[in-house]
Amino acid sequence: MTLLEINNLSKHFRSGGRDVTALDGVSLTLDPGQTLGLAGASGSGKSTLARIVMRLLPSDGGSIRFAGEDWLALSGKDLRRRRAKIQMVFQDVLGAFNPRATVGSVLDDPLRIHEIVPKSDRPRKIAELLDRVGLQANLADRSIRDVSGGQRQRIAIARAIATDPALIVLDEAVSALDVSIRGKVLELLVELQRERDIAYLFVSHDLAVLRAVSHRITVMDGGRLVETGPARQVIGNPQSTAARALVSAVPRLRIQTPQGHSHEP
Amino acid sequence: MSTLCQIRDLSVTYRDQPNPALAHVTLDIEAGGRLAIIGESGSGKSTLARTLAGLLPPRTHLTGEIQWTGGTPPRPGRDLGFVFQDPSSSLNPVLTIGEQVAEGARQHLDLGWKQALERAQDMLERVRIAQADRVLRAYPHQLSGGQRQRVAIAAALAAKPKILIADEATSALDVVVQAEIVALLDDLVRDAQMTLIFITHDIALASGFADRVAIFKDGRLVEAGPTASLLAAPAQGYTRTLLQSHLDLTSPPLVEEAAT
Amino acid sequence: MRLVRNLIGSPEGAIGLGILVLLALVAIFAPVLSPGDPLSIAARPLLAPFTDPSFPLGTDRLGRDVLAGIIHGTRTSLAVGIAAALAALAIGLCVGLTAGFAGGLVDEALMRVVDAFQIVPSFLLALAFVSVIGASVPVVVIAIALGAWADPARLTRAQVLSIRERDYVASARVIGMHPAEIALREILPNALPPVLALSAIIVAAAILTEAALSFLGLGDPNVVTWGSMIAEGRNVLRSSPSLSIFPGIALVVTVVAVYLFSEGLTKTIGRGRLAA
Repeated sequence: MTLLEINNLSKHFRSGGRDVTALDGVSLTLDPGQTLGLAGASGSGKSTLARIVMRLLPSDGGSIRFAGEDWLALSGKDLRRRRAKIQMVFQDVLGAFNPRATVGSVLDDPLRIHEIVPKSDRPRKIAELLDRVGLQANLADRSIRDVSGGQRQRIAIARAIATDPALIVLDEAVSALDVSIRGKVLELLVELQRERDIAYLFVSHDLAVLRAVSHRITVMDGGRLVETGPARQVIGNPQSTAARALVSAVPRLRIQTPQGHSHEP
Repeated sequence: MSTLCQIRDLSVTYRDQPNPALAHVTLDIEAGGRLAIIGESGSGKSTLARTLAGLLPPRTHLTGEIQWTGGTPPRPGRDLGFVFQDPSSSLNPVLTIGEQVAEGARQHLDLGWKQALERAQDMLERVRIAQADRVLRAYPHQLSGGQRQRVAIAAALAAKPKILIADEATSALDVVVQAEIVALLDDLVRDAQMTLIFITHDIALASGFADRVAIFKDGRLVEAGPTASLLAAPAQGYTRTLLQSHLDLTSPPLVEEAAT
Repeated sequence: MRLVRNLIGSPEGAIGLGILVLLALVAIFAPVLSPGDPLSIAARPLLAPFTDPSFPLGTDRLGRDVLAGIIHGTRTSLAVGIAAALAALAIGLCVGLTAGFAGGLVDEALMRVVDAFQIVPSFLLALAFVSVIGASVPVVVIAIALGAWADPARLTRAQVLSIRERDYVASARVIGMHPAEIALREILPNALPPVLALSAIIVAAAILTEAALSFLGLGDPNVVTWGSMIAEGRNVLRSSPSLSIFPGIALVVTVVAVYLFSEGLTKTIGRGRLAA
């Protein structure tokens, strides 16, 4: 009962006369309610993959099946309607919102477009969503520019769950957040997953973040998938060069005890 | 170790801002060491970096003082190099890499263009850029983010300054490149016996190579001291919070493993 | 409303807005301030200024009241200037938006048209147009708009191309927003500010172009305009320079006011963006 099935996906770009392969025959699956961590360095193709899954970029080959349907074959009104089931949270916390939007309008848009609740109920639903992500309901009237980075990302998450999606793609969703807030946002995501049975495709170059929230991790390098497995296994025993590089690059807190022996907590 | 500069009761308020970006900061910076300034957004760490480098916008309100040994503040480019966070905007898109790296050497070391370009190639090789002679003639958009940041470091060091300030120089790069750049900075600074002031939000990253750390929050200095003792036994609650919220591969995961 | 308040905040904006409001009032209340037809003969010709209190700025070669001419001329200048600028903006926005969204062949084709209109000097274009079609206020408005629409078109297109790549537009697509709604609610309002800043310059240029056309005798002969007054005064420039100087001053004040207003507008928009 796979939720998302990607088969042999490819994508090429033409850049300055040269052909660049961004994705080369990528295949992966994701089950409902599970988190797949998509790891890789810059240029590995992970963001391109995320954008193709979100239908923001066209693919050059391969197929994607979502909830049993041919996802890439949809277009126009059908596609827009189905989008309710796949949502996305972006990295750039400020750029992800129309500068003229208010917190309320950001949440109102998906509710209105997909007719989740009747018009008169929308303010109540907005308050409910804000509350669920740990924000005050009276934030709804504020301009999106007047809230902090951490609050904005929570609003982005609230917007993503507004249409009751089955899958959320997160593209470096916590990379731009302060360290002390990152943990809380990740906890929120995990809670929402348990409550609502949402699957996550979590794209990040930071294995520490992926380790915290992923059931399985898949590693990309040069447009190809080079390693897949349970999170603990990929991190504890990385087989591919790319995975090993990612594991060793994660900054480790080095604390020396007073006797001068260095250890990691 | 001798002192590089003494910051006494420094407060900085930007024009038209009600609240100070830095408030009553008192800190000694030692010469020849690696100091990490750690803080989250709004902590004032970038403001401190720019104040030390003389890069504040005009009409910024400053009180308190910075006393540099040697009397005068370091001249930007000549005595002090600065590396910015975003390599795509800190490099001029219409000049070649060679021109940008050589500029510092030409201006401050009074070299002719030919010698300055030779020095530029030398610097590019030192920051481990492959095919340095070809990169001299390339433009920033032809390089990757990591390469651009190496170029920025080369440009900052072209005139052989004694101080290097790196303002979140790795925050826009992925972890793999970040580790490489940090190792590079560590080597370069050690070789030339420079003072490195490394601004970051990542306490683990700093713990890997800094001799001393200074923790900032909301414009104030929370605590400062040698890395080893400060991280092993933090005196302030905020420092403890930062240490606890740090996520690495040994932190317990928030989800249970999948069966398969 | 916040925009207006911010405008008053900057000195240039406040002065510019103040003068423009004054001019607008003069234009609207012209028949009240100076009743009767300004082109009718009112007194003996070439009456010197500041001599007769009922004709404070004197009279021209035919005996027409100079002050009345200036007051009524405000109507033409402001009306033509603003109408031409609005027309130029409307055409420019439509073309720019279409080119920016459509991309491909449509974009290329439209940009070649924009190129063509930018290559021809706008004044000559207006001149040619009026000469061929004939001089009347609507024709003058169209003529000036034809010369001025290319710049806003290009700017709008550039803005659209840039904004299209932003994450919030991608986000709007992801939540299933209809493309038309994305264009109107997400892209257009954010593309406008630089174009609006440009619009003030277009108004100033339009006013000057209208004056120049009138000066050359290509304006509407049935209305009084500052340009035609200056042209009239050319014949007696040595003996009665005031006939050309006063309308000239009116023109300068108007254009400077527009520029100051545009400065204030640009600063306000700029500040708003910095505050983000």
